[in-house]
Amino acid sequence: MRRSRRLHRLEPSAVAGVMSRDITNFKSFWKTTTFSSIVDPTIYLLAFGLGFGALVSTVNGIDYLYFVGTGMVATAVLFSSVFSAMYGVFIKHRFQHTYDAILAAPVDVEELATAEVLWIGIRAGVYGMAPLVVAILFGLDPSWGMLVVPFIGAVTALGFAALGVFAAASVSKIDHFNYIQTALITPLFLISGTFFPIDELPHGFVIASNLNPLYHCVELVRHAVVFGFETVDLWHATFLIAFAVASWRLAIWRLEKRLID
Amino acid sequence: MTDDLVIRLRGVVKRFGDITAVDGLDLDVPHATCVGLLGPNGAGKSTTMKMLTAQAIADEGAIEVLGFTVPDDSKQARALMGVVPQLDNLDVELTARQNLAVFARLYRVPGAERREAVDRALEIAKLTDRADTPCDKLSGGMRRRLLIARALVHTPRLLLLDEPTVGLDPQIRQELWSLIDALRSEGTSILMSTHYIEEAERLADTVAIMHEGKIISRGKPADLVREHAGVQTHEVYGPPARLAEVRAEAEASGHRVRRTGTAVAILAAEGANGTLPEGITRAASLEDVFVLLTGEMVE
Repeated sequence: MRRSRRLHRLEPSAVAGVMSRDITNFKSFWKTTTFSSIVDPTIYLLAFGLGFGALVSTVNGIDYLYFVGTGMVATAVLFSSVFSAMYGVFIKHRFQHTYDAILAAPVDVEELATAEVLWIGIRAGVYGMAPLVVAILFGLDPSWGMLVVPFIGAVTALGFAALGVFAAASVSKIDHFNYIQTALITPLFLISGTFFPIDELPHGFVIASNLNPLYHCVELVRHAVVFGFETVDLWHATFLIAFAVASWRLAIWRLEKRLID
Repeated sequence: MTDDLVIRLRGVVKRFGDITAVDGLDLDVPHATCVGLLGPNGAGKSTTMKMLTAQAIADEGAIEVLGFTVPDDSKQARALMGVVPQLDNLDVELTARQNLAVFARLYRVPGAERREAVDRALEIAKLTDRADTPCDKLSGGMRRRLLIARALVHTPRLLLLDEPTVGLDPQIRQELWSLIDALRSEGTSILMSTHYIEEAERLADTVAIMHEGKIISRGKPADLVREHAGVQTHEVYGPPARLAEVRAEAEASGHRVRRTGTAVAILAAEGANGTLPEGITRAASLEDVFVLLTGEMVE
């Protein structure tokens, strides 16, 4: 009896259901998100582009303003994915008990985590375009390659969103996020090649930056927008995809431990 | 599997480290009845509820919900049941309608039927005219009704209510009771955990008294009262020394006795033949049974 419909793992309808909740909620705070994702890069470009750009006119053969403008895509993607995931998941789990309600419906943790990561990833990919839009207003030439940028951003964001879910499912108190922010996020952000080129750094840093997903994102975006793709971009893309897949599975594993007694 | 049971638990054990929260639990919920899981705080009721949706995994024993083995086929079972949590977890920024629409989707109500399902749920919650009000602007009672309606949006065959009226005003509690009673009379199978005796007495066809992870007694409320507490209870008030005296005398003459805080209650007073000390005689209640069996004081 009642075996009319066998339910499988990772069903699209379960994932879509959880995402529809996210999207419905997003309608109430999209304005603030959009505001900060436009104004943030504007301030950075003014400060670095005009301030620092007065000292350095070109880096790696391009105008410093455009160097920062393209680099900041990765920063925007990082901040809008990892922090949304960390705080969002922690609050929904611990304070709002949203996940208790979702898991009482025909949704498994694997689907829940996948939906959260997908939604944040897609959103951060789109908002990652903001620095480019601002840079265009500052004079960067639009190019066809820019159309690839949301995809690069989304793949990067998937990995960082999943990392955020992993972190949220691992910490016992919300202020423990400070450790992650200071010890992990800040260094990743600074040695990604956003504000200065990595190859000028001591050799150890160059090797380390190859382990930084953000560096691969920065390189891919700059190639897409300014220089055109090269063979090395296959390595960058492979790294980002591997990072996303690994973090996704880790996030599911950790969230399952946290949510199921 | 017995076809007329919507929930069947056999020998279920759940441990958290050294603590055994559920300790060899057997529980049946027959189709179209309301079973009240009555027990003091910490008896293992919430853990039991969580195991039914596979949000906690039993260490031992067998769980079947709507014919599906839990946790293996829990997802199928969850598609056919609704859960009202103890804690309000509505999305506060969303309207009543949006909250229901999200869950209509999560519960796989087909797209074409979703609007109708949401309208029907709004009607059950008597929130049709507040459909577009954000949740944080709804009163406590309205939010509770919405929480119940959210669990009903897909017309489930089984409803789990985890302490449905905990911490609510008496007036709101009455209102929810009539809502739950209406669902029961329409044939929805219900398992309700509660530590309010009156709630179990009013709503449950069968009460299962849970204590330290086990069911220690079960039956219709009236039968439980007759079996354990007799027909009448005689309450004697007085200073502590007097109460101790009354207690000793009553026990000596073969009565079961319980404390009620300010009084001593002598159970099965109908068989005393006028030998009782001065006091008030009243009908025996489920509360007498509960205190007698669990040794817990009632809130």
